[in-house]
Amino acid sequence: MTAAGWIIMFLSVGTVTGLLTFCFYRVFKKPASADHMHAPLEIDTHDQDT
Amino acid sequence: MGQDQTGGKPREQWGSRLGVILAVAGSAVGLGNFLRFPGQAAKHGGGAFMIPYFVALILVAIPICWAEWAMGRFGGRKGFNSAPAIFGTLGGKSKYRYMGVLGVVVPVAIYMYYVLLEAWCLGYAWSFLTGSIDLGNIPGQYGQQSSEFFSMFTGKIGDGSVFGDGSPLLTFALIAFVLNFVLIYRGVSKGIEAFCVRAMPIMAICAIIVLVRVLTLGTPNDDFPERNVLNGLGSMWNPVGKEGKSWISALTNAETWLAATGQIFFSMSVGFGIIINYASYVKRNDDVVLSGLTAASTNEFFEVCLGGLITIPAAFIFLGVAGTTGTTFGIGFETLPVVFKYMTAGRFFGFLWFFMLFLAAITSSLSMLQPAIAFLEEGLGVGRRASVTLLGLITSMGAGFILYFSGGLTALDTVDFWVGTAFIYVLATMEVILFAWIFGVDRGYDEAMRGAELTIPKVWKFVIKYVSPTFLLVVFGFWCKDNLPDRLHAIKTDTIVLMSVALIVLVAVFFTILVNIASKRWDQTGCASDDEERGVTT
Repeated sequence: MTAAGWIIMFLSVGTVTGLLTFCFYRVFKKPASADHMHAPLEIDTHDQDT
Repeated sequence: MGQDQTGGKPREQWGSRLGVILAVAGSAVGLGNFLRFPGQAAKHGGGAFMIPYFVALILVAIPICWAEWAMGRFGGRKGFNSAPAIFGTLGGKSKYRYMGVLGVVVPVAIYMYYVLLEAWCLGYAWSFLTGSIDLGNIPGQYGQQSSEFFSMFTGKIGDGSVFGDGSPLLTFALIAFVLNFVLIYRGVSKGIEAFCVRAMPIMAICAIIVLVRVLTLGTPNDDFPERNVLNGLGSMWNPVGKEGKSWISALTNAETWLAATGQIFFSMSVGFGIIINYASYVKRNDDVVLSGLTAASTNEFFEVCLGGLITIPAAFIFLGVAGTTGTTFGIGFETLPVVFKYMTAGRFFGFLWFFMLFLAAITSSLSMLQPAIAFLEEGLGVGRRASVTLLGLITSMGAGFILYFSGGLTALDTVDFWVGTAFIYVLATMEVILFAWIFGVDRGYDEAMRGAELTIPKVWKFVIKYVSPTFLLVVFGFWCKDNLPDRLHAIKTDTIVLMSVALIVLVAVFFTILVNIASKRWDQTGCASDDEERGVTT
């Protein structure tokens, strides 16, 4: 295993693991949108869908 | 608009956000993550391969992935779940529905052979569990014994051989087939989601156990001190050039870029029509940006962190450089059984490995059925039982054909080439053009950002409009130049190839006719396109 091999392996594995951790942290940090309380302006009346 | 197209039934939805993320990730994680990726990397520059790989991930895979998620959720909001209907809605004209035919044909045709690969994995797992895979007691002949076992088991030795006495593949294929349809019959939430939220963690645990075993192998054979863990990792990750040249030469070689783009593209399941279908079941304001990125990063974790650290290093440690070369099937089903034969407690680890591959395959194959189920339901207005029965008939005929004509794996290879490679490029290119050029990139950006918990950089608009389609067309052009002449010649000279292509055409024509029928039905109910909202007169 060369030094360049170590660097590429750690960068690749580290980047992917870091991204995965960040994403799942964000996913679990916030509740799903269905659980949010919506302000009146956020409520979609569907009137543009017909 | 927005109403259900299947007779007023409540529309299906994912039960949880984690559920849809794991279902999409499960769809992407398959045999390619553990077998194809390491083989491609080792063949094309080792660690140097990772540079074009990550460039393609950023410039092609993730941008298209976000576009597919946005398209799917948009279609779902209009009451549609299938590619033909969603394409019609996005384009605002009924003719775009026909572009969506590939979004049904691609997953269905891939399922026809993928379910057989699933059966291989199940069969190998069972063989390791029961000890029925016998490679003999002479180390020098393990490789030959393994190849013979593979040929016998898969029917590679000749057409119709799996239907004779002694091949258990038929039984495993039946089990895999029935399991898929039972799960798909249970629906999106109770079937696909319930299975994926259980299977994905089990897969990760199995892979991590095998990974720990591989990384603690040390130097298993004192006769070959160079075959150790560090050199095994080096065979995968050291950047190397071809023929003793500097590793930079791998980066200046177009072949490396083609291989890296192809790998990331197939690995992420973009261009399959699957993400569009799955995303159509999310709630109207649910985030798709973070969910899409999470599913993509989960797929990358399985590919880079697990597949990249297990397959090639394990093969090198026991077999040296010779074990690290070969086709995807060669590495997976001929080389690795030899590795497990050498390994202490190899039967257990072999079972664990192939069982994990079986789970990976089934989470993928489920996602290949759902787009067609959704199309049959909303296009023909039939219920789930009828759609599952019809799709079961169609796919069993196709899978039966590929299973019977197993000699040299020609039929499987042909369908994989035309549908699993060529059609995917075409579908992905059409999706990008439809989304960025016809639907409109600004509108697409706003759609993707609806309810988003992460901000997509504005440069994404430029990337999805210009870079991604150019990238796709260039790669597809080179790919055609390298592959098409031989493949077209094979159609003229090989009857099995010709029949396999005829099967693909038959499936495509069948679904085109169904789209035509569905289109008339949608026109009658006035629900297929987004004309009113966009103010477009058709």
